[in-house]
Parts: sequence; C-alpha cells; structure tokens
Amino acid sequence: MADFRTPFSRAQGLGAAGHGVGHWITERVTSIALIPLVLWGVFAVLRLARSDYDMAVAWLASPINAVLLALLTVISFMHMNSGMRVVIEDYIHRKITKAALLLLNLFVCALFGALALFSILKVALSGGAY
Amino acid sequence: MSDASKTIRVRPTSPHVQVWRWHLTALTSIAHRITGVGLYVGTLILAGWAISLAMGPEAYGAFMGVMGSVLGKLVMFALSLAVFFHLAKGVQHLIWDTGVGLKLQAANAGAVATVAFAIVATIVVWIIAAMTGAL
Repeated sequence: MADFRTPFSRAQGLGAAGHGVGHWITERVTSIALIPLVLWGVFAVLRLARSDYDMAVAWLASPINAVLLALLTVISFMHMNSGMRVVIEDYIHRKITKAALLLLNLFVCALFGALALFSILKVALSGGAY
Repeated sequence: MSDASKTIRVRPTSPHVQVWRWHLTALTSIAHRITGVGLYVGTLILAGWAISLAMGPEAYGAFMGVMGSVLGKLVMFALSLAVFFHLAKGVQHLIWDTGVGLKLQAANAGAVATVAFAIVATIVVWIIAAMTGAL
C-alpha cells in the first residue's frame, strides 16, 4: 500500500516531550538561589546546634530567619525533586518502575516540603505555642 | 526480508566504564550525583528539624538528641562535606553552562578546586562548631 504521509507527519510526536527546557531552567534557577541560601543555612545550623527549644523558637521568630529558612526549604525540595528525577530517568528503564519512582519522588518532596513549610510558619507566627 | 537480517554480527563496543582509567573530572562528576542523593536525605533531616520544633519541646528534644549522638554527628559531618562539594561542583556546572572552562586543563583545575573547597570549608565549619560549642 502506498504511503502518502510526509516524513514530517511520521516523525511528529515521536521526539522529545518538548518541556526539557523548563526542567533545565528550573535546575539552574534553583541552584543559583541555593548558593547564598545554603551558605546562610550552614551558619544557621551552627547556631541552632547549641540552641535549646526556647532559643530555637526565638531564632525562628525573627522574620529574616523565618523567611530565609522557608525559602531554603522550598527551593531545596524543588531542586532535589528535579535532581532525583534525572537520576531515576537515567538508571530506571522499566516503565512502570520508573513511573512509580517518579511519583514517589514528587510525593515525598511535596509532602515533606509542605510539612516543613507549615511547621516553620507555625513556629514563626505562634512563637512556639503548641 | 532476506537471511541477512537473521545473522547477528558482533558489533565493536566502546570501552566499558570499568576498564577506563578514572579521571578526576569523571570522579567529581559521579560524586556530584552521589552527594546530591545524600543531600536528599539531608533536606529530609532539615524538614524533620522544623517538624519536631513545631510539635513542641519533647519532640524537639528527641530530635536534637538523635542528631547530637555520635551517629548523628557522623551524618552531619558527611552532610557538611556533601553540601560544600555539591555547592562547588554545582558552581563549576553553572560556569560550564556559559561555555567557559570546558577545555581539559580548565576542567581538571576546576575539579581540583571543587575537592579542595569542599575539604577546606568542611574543616573550617567544624572548627567553628568546636570553637562556638556547637558540637
């Protein structure tokens, strides 16, 4: 049977998904944002390591600390979701396993990112009331 | 189709990664990925800190107790090394994205710099931790 389809029509839809650029840019933008945030985070950890509960709550009551920690948390979870996605895509080739792990990666990042963000805001806004 | 499709010719294969001499650039490249996966756990620990703080003094005390143990400190040491290495290697990747530093000599120098920065920054942070009583 003669095939009247053009080469373009046959190739259409078989290539890349077309949103790789978005992922690439997300990785770069989050990594640039994380450079200062992580350096701040290291010194925050140094300070918090010798803080008891009341000192930690007081530290988080400062708007600067609360906002920077919230940004560090949210952007870290975005960045690690992108990074782990690439690791899974590189090494896991069975379609169902890959899909399951990609979903797990997304859900773990969304769940713990939301839990951490809510916790930060709760402590910052309530002054440690529990 | 003729018989030609049934005869499988053994095609020449490229040298496998296991018989390839380790270069510092290759080593730091895979280390970037390994530290990234390690920091996945590190960020979950950070989330655990915030969650325990929001749950009250008892949960916070339990969390800090675990992190203050010998095992906790070992994990924190590994995470600090991972943070600084991943940070430095990430910066090298950002520089590479601009098309700069991809020549062999520059790439090697960059790899040496990332390892050096990671080791020095980790030591400095733990010295500060010891001096300020954070240990």
